[in-house]
Amino acid sequence: MNREDFPMLKDDIIYFDNGATTLKPYQVKEAIIEYYDHYTANAHRGDYAISAKVDNIYEGTRHKIKELINANEDSEIVFTSGSTQSMNYIIFGFFAHKLQKDDEVLITVSEHASNILPWFVIAKQIGIKVKYIELDENYNVTIENVKKAITPKTKVISLAHITNVIGDIRPIKEISELAHQKNIYMVVDAAQSIAHKKIDVTDWNIDFLVASAHKMYGPTGIGFLYGKFNLLEETIPQNYGGGMNAMFTKEGYYELREVPTRFEAGTPNIEGVIGFNAAIEYINNIGISKIEKYEHELKTYLVEELKKLDFVEIYNPNTIGTTVAFNLKGVFAQDTAIYLDKYHICVRAGSHCAKILSDALKINNTCRISLSFYNNKEEIDLLINVLKNSKNIWKEIL
Amino acid sequence: MDQNIRRTIILDNYEHPFNRGIPQSNDYIKHNSNNVSCIDNLDLYIKIKDNIIEDIKFEGEACVISISSTSIMIQNLIGKSIPEALDIIKNYQNMINEEPYNEEKLKDAIVYNDIYKQPSRKKCATLSINGIEEVLKEYLKKEEPKN
Ligand SMILES: Cc1ncc(COP(=O)(O)O)c(C=O)c1O
Repeated sequence: MNREDFPMLKDDIIYFDNGATTLKPYQVKEAIIEYYDHYTANAHRGDYAISAKVDNIYEGTRHKIKELINANEDSEIVFTSGSTQSMNYIIFGFFAHKLQKDDEVLITVSEHASNILPWFVIAKQIGIKVKYIELDENYNVTIENVKKAITPKTKVISLAHITNVIGDIRPIKEISELAHQKNIYMVVDAAQSIAHKKIDVTDWNIDFLVASAHKMYGPTGIGFLYGKFNLLEETIPQNYGGGMNAMFTKEGYYELREVPTRFEAGTPNIEGVIGFNAAIEYINNIGISKIEKYEHELKTYLVEELKKLDFVEIYNPNTIGTTVAFNLKGVFAQDTAIYLDKYHICVRAGSHCAKILSDALKINNTCRISLSFYNNKEEIDLLINVLKNSKNIWKEIL
Repeated sequence: MDQNIRRTIILDNYEHPFNRGIPQSNDYIKHNSNNVSCIDNLDLYIKIKDNIIEDIKFEGEACVISISSTSIMIQNLIGKSIPEALDIIKNYQNMINEEPYNEEKLKDAIVYNDIYKQPSRKKCATLSINGIEEVLKEYLKKEEPKN
């Protein structure tokens, strides 16, 4: 649906790599151009009308995000460059100070690198332990396995809501309930889910949550961090400079501004925020539940059609998200992707930055299709046809 | 070059690669070549004696271009002295980068003389060859002071 809003789709491509980044509707671009053409000004300097307009949209976007994830207050939303920076921010700005030697952090092998490497770094620095929740035979996280992994030393559970390789959906609300019974912080990486499913940080009692605008039809280089207000108050700013200080003296005395402004040092990514604003508005106009329903139907159709091809191996036929990981039997994933590219079908080949998952999957590389609401059955039919002709793969790519 | 012949040579070396496997003896230098875009991943094993490349083996997971080019190039390099091997490698890299090169030195490896048309595959075609070059240059550096 809504294909007419996406200029890229007019270029005769089939874009199946929405997990990497989504295409942008023209409304996002136009909002950004409007800013540069008609009210270019810095934020928080508002002594004149166009600067006040920037402030309004900037803070209005914060409010839209608050509404989207049902946070309590706008001030619980911090703008960052994206999920990766948000994750680093809380791990180095909060957990590095809060955790002690031998405290345990629970993740899984299918987390994104940005939810693994920062933990490794503080493990080295302060001696915390990174432990893994075991996945079941469908690579899912079950509440039983979370229970099994928790010890008296567990202080944090940090999970993707939806993973980027397998696309499985975690029962975040149940896990979070369990975590809070045991005084464990719950961190959620919503990068892959926020454009596809309703998120409710209040109902789910989430402590921190991260996401990126570019995976939700917005621009690159902008995203946010959500934190419960009292936890953000305890978070140490990672950047110091303009915009985040209340005052300072030449003797070295300084006072910082309030949360969240104290975390947004320097001139922010204003065009990014303005594009993000348009993207959220776009999603809201369609409605997230409508998106979810349509994408689920499409994914079910894709899996059914792929299953009819006996030379295709599907690694996650039973997961619910919008992602399908597969290989053509006997063909290296990258060669398949290059073959599909000849037909302007964009799929991702690789280990998808979840390098340690390969041990669990027992294969290193897969082709990944991740769908969006602008994909349709005709595109899937075309893909299936091209795959049916893949006997010719070497003729086509060599 | 005829496209059918090109394809046959590449596929032969992909489906039945030369010297794929991990050597049993421990007199090989091991080197891992992987592509930062996190997909091709090959281990190379190189045995050098008296400045002559006695053997090269490889193992790992990679695409048709990486595997076949490794198979073809190690056949060109085994038995050569290090300077000869470096010269062959240089000619190969020149071909990939559309610079002047000597076809005769490359033998079957000339099947990649049109790979420049697919820039994303240049990395695949040079993955293991660059790794071998690195090992040979390291080896020379270590050996030189003794001579
Ligand atoms: C699950 C998950 N987490 C985090 C990220 C990182 O997002 P970004 O690169 O926008 O910081 C990604 C991006 O691929 C992701 O899929």
